[in-house]
Amino acid sequence: MFNTLSEKLDSAFKNLSGSGKLTEINVAQSIKEIRRALVAADVNYKIAKEFTDKVKDKAMGSKNLLKAVKPGEMMVKIVMDEMVELMGGQSVGINVKGNPGVVLIAGLQGSGKTTFTGKLAKFLKEKKRHKVLVAACDVYRPAAINQLTVLAESIGVDIYKEIDNKNPIDIAGNAVAYAHQNNYNVLIVDTAGRLAVDEEMMNEIEGIKNAITPTETLFVVDSMTGQDAVNTAAAFNEKINYDGVVLTKLDGDTRGGAALSIKYTVGKPIKFASTGEQMDALDVFHPERMASRILGMGDIVSFVEKAQEQFDEKEAKRIEKKIKKNKFDFNDFLGQLNQIKKMGDIKSLLGMIPGMSKLKDIDIDDNAFSKVESIIQSMTPHERANPDVLNMSRKKRISKGCGRNIHEINMFIKQFNQMRKMMHMMSKGNGMNQMMEKLNNMQGFK
Amino acid sequence: MSIFKKYFTKDKKEDLDKGLEKTKKSIFGKIANAVAGKSKVDESFLDELEGILISSDVGLDTTVKIIERLEAKVAEVKYLNTSELNSILKRVIVDILAENNTEDLEDFVYPDYHRPYVLLVVGVNGVGKTTTIGKLAYQYKKRGKKVVLGAADTFRAAAVDQLKIWADRNEVQFFSKGMNTDPAAVAYEAVQYAMNEDAHICIIDTAGRLHTKKHLMDELTKIKNSINKKLPGAPHEVMLVLDATTGQNAVEQATKFTEATDVTSLAMTKLDGSAKGGVVLSISDQFKIPIKYIGVGEGIEQLQIFNKASFVDSLFDG
Repeated sequence: MFNTLSEKLDSAFKNLSGSGKLTEINVAQSIKEIRRALVAADVNYKIAKEFTDKVKDKAMGSKNLLKAVKPGEMMVKIVMDEMVELMGGQSVGINVKGNPGVVLIAGLQGSGKTTFTGKLAKFLKEKKRHKVLVAACDVYRPAAINQLTVLAESIGVDIYKEIDNKNPIDIAGNAVAYAHQNNYNVLIVDTAGRLAVDEEMMNEIEGIKNAITPTETLFVVDSMTGQDAVNTAAAFNEKINYDGVVLTKLDGDTRGGAALSIKYTVGKPIKFASTGEQMDALDVFHPERMASRILGMGDIVSFVEKAQEQFDEKEAKRIEKKIKKNKFDFNDFLGQLNQIKKMGDIKSLLGMIPGMSKLKDIDIDDNAFSKVESIIQSMTPHERANPDVLNMSRKKRISKGCGRNIHEINMFIKQFNQMRKMMHMMSKGNGMNQMMEKLNNMQGFK
Repeated sequence: MSIFKKYFTKDKKEDLDKGLEKTKKSIFGKIANAVAGKSKVDESFLDELEGILISSDVGLDTTVKIIERLEAKVAEVKYLNTSELNSILKRVIVDILAENNTEDLEDFVYPDYHRPYVLLVVGVNGVGKTTTIGKLAYQYKKRGKKVVLGAADTFRAAAVDQLKIWADRNEVQFFSKGMNTDPAAVAYEAVQYAMNEDAHICIIDTAGRLHTKKHLMDELTKIKNSINKKLPGAPHEVMLVLDATTGQNAVEQATKFTEATDVTSLAMTKLDGSAKGGVVLSISDQFKIPIKYIGVGEGIEQLQIFNKASFVDSLFDG
């Protein structure tokens, strides 16, 4: 497993390889690299320093590191383990026991509170079978109440709102009474975004909390947040002593160092990860994935999960049969392409594979498939099902149909046949060596 | 607007004499503290400076650049007192901003030989696009301009309502085709509407989108193209809104949005708050796109014209 950080660390160690053993100096050098990686991922500067100092002590005391062939990788492992331990710990669910259980949602402007409120409501309704009510207490931002109304409707959850009431503390209190009277199991209270330095607004959120005594208070934070995450998280914690943190917008390419900073500063568990604008894009937090992401090492687990989401077992069995009979055709190929495309943008997918994160800088055309598609789509149904019938006159017609020249058609058919042969061979369980040989001879795969 | 205020007040509070109350809040104060009793810029001072800059989201690359330039400058002069050092550092930072090669605006103005002047507003989710549009509409309306707001965020729940409220609040015109309609069509027709109404300026709101989502970025390109189809030369300005609390991902955002829509101006929101604003340096250093506006509060008037000199002053004068 290669990746930029451990490669960098390896080279930091190699520079001093003559000495034959690790010294404090070359550990210090690699610690500096790690610190830079953390800071580049938006981990708070001071925390990065403290954290790496701790790692340094561990590394110096580690006999394994001294013996390691690749000290860089070993070092990364120490860092990873330390991060996972810090961000993880026992996974704790949210407490919605009560009559009703009350969840208070708080955070900065634009962090994604209202969207999260919708997602959590859907989660509690569908996965936990609760009768859920959401309350709209953002009386400031234009149309915030409408936004929650639309979301609630889309997921089939009731909403409590008071259009003309400008006092969120009252609304929240009334919502609790209403939920109690109407036998809701859970009430989720959405609030306005506020800056940690806005004293008046911070007093207000404290007031709301005191008025409704929630069973669970969640602090919602944008995973793209920079160095200030620490101050904000601490300020909110001081006022409302929240139970957990929700990280949003993790479907982007942010390295998400804020997660580490916040956990380090306030010690509160990260309970949910929010990964998209759809109402079911909610996930439990995985510390090992987050650690790998912060270090810029990709997120293989998410990659596999994403692939699994799109995976259709029946279809896979059918294809497997066809391959065994050497009947894999253009229709099947097109189907496979579509499955891959469903997984999303190729670049971001590649970025999830460890060691491939470097590829992000290379320009990969997401339309790379379109050429192949246009060729296949210019074939007749008969041709698609019977790749062997393609003769010159058919190829010429296809060339005209898709606007690609005959050379491109030939290239594609050749590659397709090679791929087909290879898949067939694999399915028969022929030796791996033979296959590798074929792979090496294949054009376009180098 | 004291960008670095929080960081400094928190850090060295107890160490400092009460008489230095004001100075200690600024970079100057911090540096004065770092170099007290020293006559040269040494390793520990540079380390401390690095910490100050990075903790303000200046980012590694730009921080290194600032430090290298500072080192080069102080190498020329042997002896330094704190005020000299302060002014050299200030100079270095002003230079970095100046290399951005853009002129500061004096007021809320735009090239008014375009009529309507079409402004397309883009950005990731939750940065404050709609709020910024509301504040801009207020400024232009106040200057006697006829403003049309086009609601091309047809995706996020109640986004159209949100923009409508801003239009009503400012008493400017509003164009929408409702939710879940084709945003490119909305943009096209909003420009048409602005042309029919002989409006001065047409501001088009779009849905927030993460820059990593290829299909959504393609959609943005399509919106831009459809505006251009209606009115050749338009949009005359594509403004990317960035949240100043964002860390290094802001650079990715600027890169990807520029690829999709040729961003021509930037607005930085949520600069009120605390130890933020360093990202302004980082973005200015890495992109040649002018920062035009900064959001410094929730009030309708709290959108300001970005001015390099006063920004740097605010970094230094607590």
